[in-house]
Amino acid sequence: MAIAELPLPIARYHAPRRSRRAWSRAGLGLLLPAALLAFWAVGTAYRLFPPQVLPPPSLVWDSAVDTFRSGKLLSYAAISFYRVVVGFVIGAGVGLVLGVAMGLSRTVDDYVRPLFTAIAQVPNLGWIPLLVLLLGIGETLKLTIIAKAAFIPMVLNTADGIRRVSPQLLEVARSFRFSNSQLLRLVVLPAAVPSIFTGFRYGLAKAWTALVAVELLAASEGLGYLLVWGRQMFWMDLVIFAIIIIGVIGFAMDFCLTRAETYLQRWRTEPEQ
Amino acid sequence: MSRALDRRRWTRFRRGVTLPVLLIALWFFATHAGLVDSRLLPPIEAVLRAGRVEWTEGALLQNLEASLFRNLAGFAIGSTLGLAFGMALGISPLIEKLCGPLFHGLRQVALLAWVPLICMWLGLGEASKIAFIAIAAFVPVALNTYQGARAAPPQLLEVSRVLLLSPRQMFRRVYLPAALPSVVTGIHLALIYSWLATIGAEYFMALGPGLGGLILAGRDRFEMDLVILGVFILGLVGFALNLIAQFAAGRLLRWE
Repeated sequence: MAIAELPLPIARYHAPRRSRRAWSRAGLGLLLPAALLAFWAVGTAYRLFPPQVLPPPSLVWDSAVDTFRSGKLLSYAAISFYRVVVGFVIGAGVGLVLGVAMGLSRTVDDYVRPLFTAIAQVPNLGWIPLLVLLLGIGETLKLTIIAKAAFIPMVLNTADGIRRVSPQLLEVARSFRFSNSQLLRLVVLPAAVPSIFTGFRYGLAKAWTALVAVELLAASEGLGYLLVWGRQMFWMDLVIFAIIIIGVIGFAMDFCLTRAETYLQRWRTEPEQ
Repeated sequence: MSRALDRRRWTRFRRGVTLPVLLIALWFFATHAGLVDSRLLPPIEAVLRAGRVEWTEGALLQNLEASLFRNLAGFAIGSTLGLAFGMALGISPLIEKLCGPLFHGLRQVALLAWVPLICMWLGLGEASKIAFIAIAAFVPVALNTYQGARAAPPQLLEVSRVLLLSPRQMFRRVYLPAALPSVVTGIHLALIYSWLATIGAEYFMALGPGLGGLILAGRDRFEMDLVILGVFILGLVGFALNLIAQFAAGRLLRWE
C-alpha cells in the first residue's frame, strides 16, 4: 500500500508574509546589537580598553578578511564541516536504529536503557581524555566523540516518539489487519517523525558543540583550532572572529534543519484531541 | 496487581543489569587473561586501588569539593540571571524585541567557544571558571523561562487585566505559575549543562584543584586507572545531580 492511498489530512501551508510590522520588529532587534557595536567601536577608539583585551571592530574585520583571503577559513571550515557531517551521520544513524528498537520492543529497552543512561550521564567532555588514551588524537577520536554526542539525543527522542504513537492509530491499524512492516512504515514511523526530527536537531547541535570541544583539545586544523591558535598568539581579533563564525555556522545548520522539518511535515495537521 | 508489578519490576531489573554485568565480566576476564594491554585497560582492582589511594592520601575529596562548589556557584548565578532575563523577555514585548535577536544570536555560539575569550578577559582563575559555568546555566534557563512566560494563557491575562491586578500580582498569580513547568525544565537542563561546563572549565583553565584536573593529570601521566576513576566519578556526580533535579521537579510541580 502506498502512502498516497491513505487519506491523509492535508493542510495548506501558508508562508508567513513579511509585513511592515515584521520590519519594524527587525529594526528594533537590530538596535541593541548596533548600540553595542557602536559602544565597542567608540570605546576602543578612545582607548577605554587595551587592544589586547578588546581589539577594535575594524581589526576583527581585517583579520576576518585575512583569514578568508589566505584560504585558511575555507579549508578549516571544510575540515570541521566534514568532521561534523561524518560523525553526525554515524552517530545519528546508529542512534536511530537503536532508538527504533528501544521504542518498539520493551525487551530491548529493558536490556539497554540502564547502560545507556549510565553512559549518557558522563558529560561528553569527560570521555575525551579516556578516548585520547585509547584512540590517540587522530581523526578517529574526533569522529567518535562527535558521533557519541549525536547518538544520545537521537536514541532518546526516537524511542520516546515511537513509544508515544497514539493508541487510537494503532487500534485502527490493527483492525485493518496491517502487517508488522505496514504498521511500522505507515503508522509508527510517520507518527514518530516529529520526535525523530527533534532528535536530529539536538543531535546536530550537540555534534557541533562536541566538534568545538574536541578541536579545542586535540586538533591542528579546523575552526576550533582557529580559536586555540588565536588564544596562543594572543590575537584577540582572531578569537572574536572565530567565535562569530562558529555561532553563524551553528545558527545556519539549525535554521536549515528547522526549515527542512517544516517542509517535510507540511502534510501534518494538529492531531485532534 | 502488586504481584504482577513486582514481577515486572524484577524482570526489568534482571534485564537491566545483564549488559553492565557482562561488560564488567568481560573487562575482568580480558585483563586477567592478558588479552589487552594493561596500560590501555587496567584491571578493575587497579581502578579501585587508585580510588582508595586518591581517597586516603590524594586529594580526591578536595578535588570533588572544589568542582562541586564551582559548579553550584556558577549554576546559582547563571540560573538566577537567566530566570530574571527570561521573565523580562517573556513578559515585556518591548524587551523581547530589543534583546531577543541578540540573545538568540549569541546562544548559537557553541558553549566552549567562549572559553578563549573568557580566559583572556578574566584569566585562568576561579572567576573565569565560574563565569563560564554561569553562561552554561544561563542559556537554558533564560530560554525556557522566556518560552514559558510567553505561553501564559491570554484568557488569564485578560481576566487579570479586568481585575486590575498590580504588576506584582500579575507576576505572582499568572506569569510565574504559567512559566513554572518550563522553568523547571530549564533548571534541569542548566544543572546538566553546568556540570559539563565545570569539566570544560577545568580542562581548559587547568589551575587549582578539580576533578577535570585529576583526569588530565591521569592522562598526562598515562595512568589509565586514574582516568577511568575520574570518568566514573563524573558520571556518578552527573547522575546525582540529575536525580536531585528530578526529585525537585516532582515536588515543585506536584499540582500539575
